[in-house]
Amino acid sequence: MAEKVLLKGNEAFAEAAIRGGCRFYFGYPITPQSEIPEFMSRELKKRGGAFLQAESELGAINMTYGCAAAGGNVFISSSSPGISLMQEGMSFLCSAECPATILNVSRCGPGVGGIQPGQADYFQMTRGGGNGDYRIPTFAPASIQEAVDILYEAPMLADSIRNPVAVLADGMLGQMMEPVALPEPKKQIMPQDVPAYKPWALTGYDFKPDHQRAVVKSLRLQPDALEKHVEKLFEKYHRLEKELVRCETIGLDGADVVFVAFGTMSRLCKEAMEMLEAEGVRAGLIRPITIWPFPYGAFDALDFGKTKAVISTELSMGQMIDDVRIGVSGRLPVELIHRTGGMIPTSLEIVEKTKKILGALK
Amino acid sequence: MKPVFTYTKGMLPVSTSYCPGCTHGIANRIIMETLEEMGKLGDAIGVAPIGCAVLCHQFMNVDMLEAAHGRAPAVAAGIRRAQPDRLVFTYQGDGDLASIGTNEIVHAAHRGEKFSTFFINNAIYGMTGGQMAPTTLIGQKTTTCPEGRTVEQAGRPIRMSEMLSTIDGAVYVERVALDSPAHVRAAKKAVRRAFEVQEKRLGFGIVEFLSICPTNWGLTPADSITWLRDNMIPYYPLGVYKCPEGLEND
Repeated sequence: MAEKVLLKGNEAFAEAAIRGGCRFYFGYPITPQSEIPEFMSRELKKRGGAFLQAESELGAINMTYGCAAAGGNVFISSSSPGISLMQEGMSFLCSAECPATILNVSRCGPGVGGIQPGQADYFQMTRGGGNGDYRIPTFAPASIQEAVDILYEAPMLADSIRNPVAVLADGMLGQMMEPVALPEPKKQIMPQDVPAYKPWALTGYDFKPDHQRAVVKSLRLQPDALEKHVEKLFEKYHRLEKELVRCETIGLDGADVVFVAFGTMSRLCKEAMEMLEAEGVRAGLIRPITIWPFPYGAFDALDFGKTKAVISTELSMGQMIDDVRIGVSGRLPVELIHRTGGMIPTSLEIVEKTKKILGALK
Repeated sequence: MKPVFTYTKGMLPVSTSYCPGCTHGIANRIIMETLEEMGKLGDAIGVAPIGCAVLCHQFMNVDMLEAAHGRAPAVAAGIRRAQPDRLVFTYQGDGDLASIGTNEIVHAAHRGEKFSTFFINNAIYGMTGGQMAPTTLIGQKTTTCPEGRTVEQAGRPIRMSEMLSTIDGAVYVERVALDSPAHVRAAKKAVRRAFEVQEKRLGFGIVEFLSICPTNWGLTPADSITWLRDNMIPYYPLGVYKCPEGLEND
């Protein structure tokens, strides 16, 4: 285990992506993640890569598309409204099967909203704002260490599935400091080695009889060809739904109530669970680590004889609750505890609201 | 017997999907012939736009990518970072480059990106059926200015070469036309110069091709050529707007 160092979230995220193999970063400053482009502008050149400050997030995602199509290992980051601008490009990356690692250090909306932590980008990240049938595996870490471990593995995962991989970390994780163990840097792929690793990439056509030129595209004007292509993409997505899904569950057996929470909100729930325990209420937790694919299967382990309610706890008006309802499938009441706009509930507030919900169900 | 003409292997032996009389085919071919003559087909990576030329990747026989509408310069900047030794170019129409993609082209030029842009200006949107472009001339009728473009409604047509030549990072800017054999030969020289500027890593280079769109102009190809000469060239003067020293007479 590497020695632990105290790092600010955003810098730890950037370092983890570099150690995971990313060598290219395209970005546009936006709070609360501007430390990332600053860090990358200092570090990437030293480590054999390139940093480019884009003219906009639209520029950044399209630079990503070009770089990834030419075999570059790209990491990009932004925050909510910037991620909105990137949605067009994400749809292209998925259709053209280009890998990239995308981090959303989210804030509050709608519109320009506010810069405090929020989770109201759940729909944006799990349903996508871009057009067409596509999916982007999305992780929602709850600590800087967990985010580091995910961002370290994400570039290789993206390469192996030829699809973007996203991480949703709210502004709380980006701005706070925690002790982190950084993993050993992975080997990087040099430009001349790209054809061996990524034969589909744009590297120049050598006209050898047994070689084909590379064409990276998403236009398919023939409906049958497009349907076939999208079905091929979804074979991959269906496989990921089985193989990639990840979550943490605590104390489902015998629980009076079960919280469902990700990221910052799950940390508050863990505190609330201890406080409820002291009052004789047993609370369990389902913490999705992947929000797409969502851990619907985890809900089959609920204690249906004992548990009275499942409570989706969110820093939004209730978005994940749609997935919670799918997971519960009508077997238990589903309730919501939430704040939004950058307001964060105290653990005491969660306790009080939980008791009120349980009281009303008696 | 010695062949007097061979088709460039830079173009695939297929029929293009361009309309009869369209000059896209000429532009595609002179770019590919130039790359072949330079011995650089194997080094080239092209970026296709959205619009009529979206399918140029089916005709140009090099590694190609299809960009979103207007984003080709950002995509090319990304390709250049991953493959710094390749010859990268974008091929864009007037809707793509002069309307939805102005941000990307201006900033690519501003950064002095080391790639070449080939800009097809035919003063109209082709693929979507003949709507007004930023380059549509005053008085010119299109499906979205059916009584002719007016200054009050849409401003004057944008002159991209003039605008881009004010940017330091754009080191080579030339406007050519595809209306005659002499102009096509001059256009091919401009393509070569753009690639040479890129090879020498001097900065950003762009060639604007005044082109015709008989289908959406509602004219025969021959009348379209006349219309280009009578109307486009006076408003969009041909010539070298900017060129690095030493390359002027190549």
